[in-house]
Amino acid sequence: MREFGYQRAHDVAGAVALLAADPDARFLGGGTNLVDLMKTGVERPARLVDVRELPLDRVERTADGGLRIGATVTNSDLAADPEVRSGYPALTQAVLAGASGQLRNMATVGGNLLQRTRCGYFADVTKPCNKRSPGSGCPAVGGEHHNHAVLGASGHCVAVHPSDMGVALTAFDAVVSYETPDGPGEVPLTDFYLPVGDTPHRETALPPGALITHVSLPPAGVAARSRYRKVRERASYAFAIGSVAAALRIEDGLVREARLAFGGVASRPWRAHAAEAVLTGARAGGETFAAAADAELAAATPLPDNGYKVPLMRDLVVSVLTELAEGEAR
Amino acid sequence: MTITSPGAAALRGAVGVAHTRVEGRDKVTGAARYAGEIPFAELAHGWLALSTVTRGRIRSVETAAVLDMPGVLTVLHHGNAPRLNTDYIGMLGVPPDPTAAVFQNDRVPYAGWPVALVVAETPEQAREAAEALVVTYDEEPHDTALVADHPGAYPAEGHMPAETEKGDLEGQLAASAVVVDARYTTPEQQHSMIEPHAATALWDGGRLEVVDSNQGTTWIQGELAKMFSLDESSVRVRSEHIGGGFGSKGLRAHQVSAVMAATALQRPVRVVMTRRQMFSLAGYRSPTTQRVRLGADLDGRLRALEHHSLNQTSTVYEFIEPGAGVARVMYDADAHRTANHVVRLDVPSPTWMRAPGEAPGSFAIESALDELAERCGVDPIELRLRNEPETGPVSGLPFSSRNLPACFREGARRFGWADRDPRPGVRRDGRWLLGTGTAAASFGAGAGPSTAKVTAEADGSFSVRIAAADIGTGARTALTLIAADALETTPDRVRVRIGDSDFGPAMIAGGSMGTRSWAWAITAAAGELRERLALTPDIPPEGITVRSDTTEAIRALARKERHSFGAQFAEVAVDTATGEIRVRRMLGIFAAGRIVNPLTARNQLVGGMTWGISMALHEEAVRDRETGRHYSPDLAGYHVATNADVPDIEADWVDDHDPDDPVGIKGVGEIGIVGAAAAVANAVWHATGVRHRNLPIRPDRVLTAASTPDPAEAAPSDGGAADA
Amino acid sequence: MAPATSSTSSAITLNINGEKHQLTIDHRTTLLDALRERLDLTGTKKGCDQGQCGACTVLVDSRRVVSCLNLAVAAEGREITTIEGMAEGDELHPVQQAFLDLDGYQCGYCTPGQICSAVAVIEEHAAGWPSAVTDDVGPEAGPPPLTPDEIRERMSGNLCRCGAYVSIVQAVSRAAGAYEATRDERRTAAAKEAAA
Repeated sequence: MREFGYQRAHDVAGAVALLAADPDARFLGGGTNLVDLMKTGVERPARLVDVRELPLDRVERTADGGLRIGATVTNSDLAADPEVRSGYPALTQAVLAGASGQLRNMATVGGNLLQRTRCGYFADVTKPCNKRSPGSGCPAVGGEHHNHAVLGASGHCVAVHPSDMGVALTAFDAVVSYETPDGPGEVPLTDFYLPVGDTPHRETALPPGALITHVSLPPAGVAARSRYRKVRERASYAFAIGSVAAALRIEDGLVREARLAFGGVASRPWRAHAAEAVLTGARAGGETFAAAADAELAAATPLPDNGYKVPLMRDLVVSVLTELAEGEAR
Repeated sequence: MTITSPGAAALRGAVGVAHTRVEGRDKVTGAARYAGEIPFAELAHGWLALSTVTRGRIRSVETAAVLDMPGVLTVLHHGNAPRLNTDYIGMLGVPPDPTAAVFQNDRVPYAGWPVALVVAETPEQAREAAEALVVTYDEEPHDTALVADHPGAYPAEGHMPAETEKGDLEGQLAASAVVVDARYTTPEQQHSMIEPHAATALWDGGRLEVVDSNQGTTWIQGELAKMFSLDESSVRVRSEHIGGGFGSKGLRAHQVSAVMAATALQRPVRVVMTRRQMFSLAGYRSPTTQRVRLGADLDGRLRALEHHSLNQTSTVYEFIEPGAGVARVMYDADAHRTANHVVRLDVPSPTWMRAPGEAPGSFAIESALDELAERCGVDPIELRLRNEPETGPVSGLPFSSRNLPACFREGARRFGWADRDPRPGVRRDGRWLLGTGTAAASFGAGAGPSTAKVTAEADGSFSVRIAAADIGTGARTALTLIAADALETTPDRVRVRIGDSDFGPAMIAGGSMGTRSWAWAITAAAGELRERLALTPDIPPEGITVRSDTTEAIRALARKERHSFGAQFAEVAVDTATGEIRVRRMLGIFAAGRIVNPLTARNQLVGGMTWGISMALHEEAVRDRETGRHYSPDLAGYHVATNADVPDIEADWVDDHDPDDPVGIKGVGEIGIVGAAAAVANAVWHATGVRHRNLPIRPDRVLTAASTPDPAEAAPSDGGAADA
Repeated sequence: MAPATSSTSSAITLNINGEKHQLTIDHRTTLLDALRERLDLTGTKKGCDQGQCGACTVLVDSRRVVSCLNLAVAAEGREITTIEGMAEGDELHPVQQAFLDLDGYQCGYCTPGQICSAVAVIEEHAAGWPSAVTDDVGPEAGPPPLTPDEIRERMSGNLCRCGAYVSIVQAVSRAAGAYEATRDERRTAAAKEAAA
């Protein structure tokens, strides 16, 4: 880890200005990912701008009945928030399924969305990686990839986005607000992550120097009946090999509204639009749910060792939707 | 179940009664200091730099730029390091692993081989400089893949014969009504103790002092003295508290490089391994590929048993993971063949890891027995009881005690085995399929020569000094109880000091032999001290000290098969749609000799069983196929069981008494893992009807197996199920 | 914000276990290394240095965190509690006492982190936080009973390689029970005081 400068920002404009002053500067939130990456040498910033004391630590109800979540709200506070727990239970469940109690107390909402992949090639500076070192190659494609992406990947990068929180936020149409030296902006989370293509090192649509300030959720609606299920290689404290955030509103046996997103299987928190299209208006039941999963997974491009993720996700979707439908019926 | 099984002469009060750890208060308050935590004035920090190529030669070490970095004091490498003596046999009867004898030449025999030590004033400076150090290499092609029929494999001895054979194996297999022929694999496993290896070395008045985290201070003292050509008396090694060892904490690169640097700089130098470095520097359990062939009559009685195990080792050091050894103790057959083979690859040197041999070997043989029970339609416990040998199947020697049937009887009663429906795949709880499984366990009960000093102090209390190591086993407490009973006093009047090579030669904490060996020495010294005290009523101010040495007594011990035994039981839930497996409960009943401290002994046994769960379901160090280097060598990539993976585990014991044994203690550190992974895997079969012969049973393997027919069951002509 | 002594180090004050410590610190120094290498508070352990084992768990502003991923310079102005600050003089914290009595450890190296984590788990649960194994996370459902499954999940950020989880769960369960009992006493006492 090389030596670096450190400054603590107290307001958003100041934070953005500090970052703009140094091209090798990074924002420091909870540090759970950045400090680790600095230790492994993946990140070598010259300056850290600590944003944890910015006044962005509140979860507030918006005028339209949605939620506005400050970027420095910790994962723990987000998961424990009564409005989140009642209006968006899958979001609470997703956050609680991630990392550990200690890390959730440190990690922030803004940082969670910007965390980097846990691909072992990315984290090892002695190995090639197109995401870390553009053009150097992707050893995962021909190497160890049993936990890599089956959706949204390319021959240049098959890494998965590790977030759980982001999966629920993606399902619920979250919008990311940010501040730049040129003023504020916003982008829906479904457009926040860029397609991998041949530029896996370009990960988000954030303009250079932007600071995430808030993540907004529309009024709860269908999200109030939602669920997050995560499968991993041990019972806790591990990244997903597959996860599903789902919400369902059923009337007269028909699916009126559906929200579905996948985690642990794609280059980004994966909104399952194709599956939602199959679900909406269809009769609630196992066949519909399976058809929805198949519609989404038709785009899957598994590698030799991660093909199991396709049936895994299919079963997970059916299982979670069935649970929601049965809950609705009660 | 009674929990005490004292030898006839031993019951005095302390032994057999639960006692909290004598150092417990220090451990729960943070006062206990481990190796990297003893302060020294003028301490400098060393950081190892490891090879980034898998095989080749070092072309250059570009030290100039690094020496100019802030705080950097020196860079040690093969071009400037002192030459070491590696031509010796150490206390444990084996030569040193060249991985520890750092910087002796330009060869790189594997990725992660130590190539330099950067020493600086602060750890931050040392780390940055070590990362900045440019080392160039001439790369050579490598072979890092362990495959079953590797042409380089050869039989190798280790601490037991490479191969044993009796009877006509092929003939008995041909005559068998039922044959099981199956291959099993276990992956590379990492010790992953939570305290990384750490050592501080300094010269103090012409004497080398090393504060270290190791499993035997006199062992490391001897190795360092030989390696640096020093007199043993001029080397002192201390290791007060050890944050886990499991076989890995021996002589390694950190102590040797710290001594080199302390010598070069003439100031204290501390070297601590990073978690990532531990994956190539700290040893590991070799992956194994095993084949078991069992031939039996319809009633399950074995006619033929063959167990073949192959493991990998490095090109610089031969280490055998003797997976086939357990069959030499557990089961007899008219034809009996076992073999341990090894192949040298361009990989780091493996080493002992909790139940070396028995842990992977029992997974294979105990899984195969379960398959045999299934084919014969015989209950798995009954099958094992029908194959109980009278004497050592290979040695022909009598067993000192063999209470395996008692373990199974008691375990079956408590687990509710009698109600078990043998059919696989028929029990469901929501999305979960449920199953139960069992397996047998055994582990050798040995002892190593040890010395102890016991002092009657003038104030009426007693002091014991012995170079024992408490790596978490509770040895310090157990030895306090042993000493109290041997001295006919109470534990609060006995102070046991351990972890200092100045206390004289002693067995290491390893092979489940530590407490047995040390207790023997303490009991001997205490006995003689009591005789002396009977003759000398007045104790002088310096106290009266008696020293014991068990070398002769151990040599005089009658030759017998001495082992602990156990019966493992597991209940699992499997979701075949997601591949998730949860162990719902586990029970282990053991015959492990005299139990000194039920509180810590139970913890040891449960800990071993917890390792069994972790081995069965989680642990696997992965290598990138192309480079042969580790993929994600850290605790996020290498999964050990978390709290949430471990259910309420029960461990208990049956009386296990050998009137001819002077100590009666067998050790409980390793028996708990033996058979545990097989019990889990057998339960997974019972839940799902699918055999998993490759560990760990990860979700992807459950899902893949669910969609692929079992090759052994689909191809009986391969010997899979030749039910005649 | 502390005055920078150079562009890459700062003079800071850390508030640890109620005591203020002034030191000049390399910005690279983690809170964990500051405790262990600079302040001789070695009760906080370094297991992985990557946030993957929990051995370095301390409380910052009463919340458990891993000190290996906290930079010391960023911890200025916060209240830090380490294992050394858990006992009241000679009287062990109930969590410490339970770990000692029930043998909730073996080698002891993960133990300070386990204990700091357990203290926080009991507080988090008392504050009504759900966990990943809580069936109904809705706020009206109230805090779930602190069952062994709840304790296991909440304690899963602390690896114990010796495999002492079974007794760790027992220890946390016992300490949580003691906490509940004394909390009721405290409430009653507080109510009496308020009434008087």
